[in-house]
Amino acid sequence: MTDDRRAYSAVSIGLHWTVFVLIIAAWSLGLYMADLPLSPQKLKYFSWHKWIGVTIFFLAVFRAVSRLVHPPPPLPASVPPRQRIAEGVSHALLYLLIFVVPVSGWLYSSASGVPTVYLGWVQLPDLVGKDKALAEQLKQTHILLNMVLFGIVCIHAAAALKHHFLDRDEVLARMLPFLKK
Amino acid sequence: MFDMSLAGKFYTILCATLVLLLPLPGVAQQVDYSRSQITFVSRQMNVPVEAKFTRFTAQLSFDSANPQASKARIEVDLASFDIGNDEINTDIQGKDWFDTKNFPKATFVSSSVRALGDGRYEARGPLIIKGRTQEVVAPFTVKTDASGNSVFDGAFNIRRLQYNVGERMWRDTELVADEVRVRFRLHTGSKPASTK
Repeated sequence: MTDDRRAYSAVSIGLHWTVFVLIIAAWSLGLYMADLPLSPQKLKYFSWHKWIGVTIFFLAVFRAVSRLVHPPPPLPASVPPRQRIAEGVSHALLYLLIFVVPVSGWLYSSASGVPTVYLGWVQLPDLVGKDKALAEQLKQTHILLNMVLFGIVCIHAAAALKHHFLDRDEVLARMLPFLKK
Repeated sequence: MFDMSLAGKFYTILCATLVLLLPLPGVAQQVDYSRSQITFVSRQMNVPVEAKFTRFTAQLSFDSANPQASKARIEVDLASFDIGNDEINTDIQGKDWFDTKNFPKATFVSSSVRALGDGRYEARGPLIIKGRTQEVVAPFTVKTDASGNSVFDGAFNIRRLQYNVGERMWRDTELVADEVRVRFRLHTGSKPASTK
């Protein structure tokens, strides 16, 4: 039986681009706010950053479930086996990181003695107690994981553009249906 | 809590000063600071954050048989504020918050202590922070541990803006709530009465 689906489901496409925008927003806020002097704005940015992170986590759960329900469309037959492996590994890492990065931020916040209160409304439990040394380690972990995520997002985007402009196949169009020929 | 006239404020400060000068009657209890703590929880954007004061002195004279005769005098070294973040610890010393250069200490002196029953009591008295005085009511419990020492546990709420704590851009209570929960545990014991 051939799978003639040529694009991701509308739900998958919506989730992909929503999470993309949220990750860019969380990165921008995170990089900008970290070294600000203490101010009301800084407290707001930290809260917003955490709310975005929690949202990404929930959307990641939703995406993982949605991916099981709507498997992604197959890659074009022209894609060689090695690239298929690279595709599998990079997507697995992206999925892993959109779970792990928010969790590392949540733990870092808890260890700093600042609980996370989603939207100023729902207080998440603290999985670790206040611990200055642990907080510093978790901060470094959070930064490192984000750097890894950034690297893989760049590879992911570069691969999509390569498929579109060099291979001229329909890989990118699966996620951006208006590109479809 | 309530608005005091200038004369009222002066009177409270005068009373507090007089009480400060009086020697504590009855049996003064030694406080073991290693087992005592004064902490508070403030809320920023509805996020509860706990901080503590690592240096304070407490002079207690508690008599369960005659609670009305009990006295407490507590002085908190505000520069010992610790929220677990060095940057914030330093900022809190500044003019907008505690202004510890001009107001190094917060002081509470009990004006009355009464029994509420079931090992519960209530201390009232002026609390002075940043040169401003407000009457506070602090309910507390008293328990005796295995070695016969007393453990006083209590909590009360204060409004930070009544003490001018968090000025200018920090006045916004949507950002940092006005209400602050203060908790104390005073453990009597034989350790020397010096602060950490």
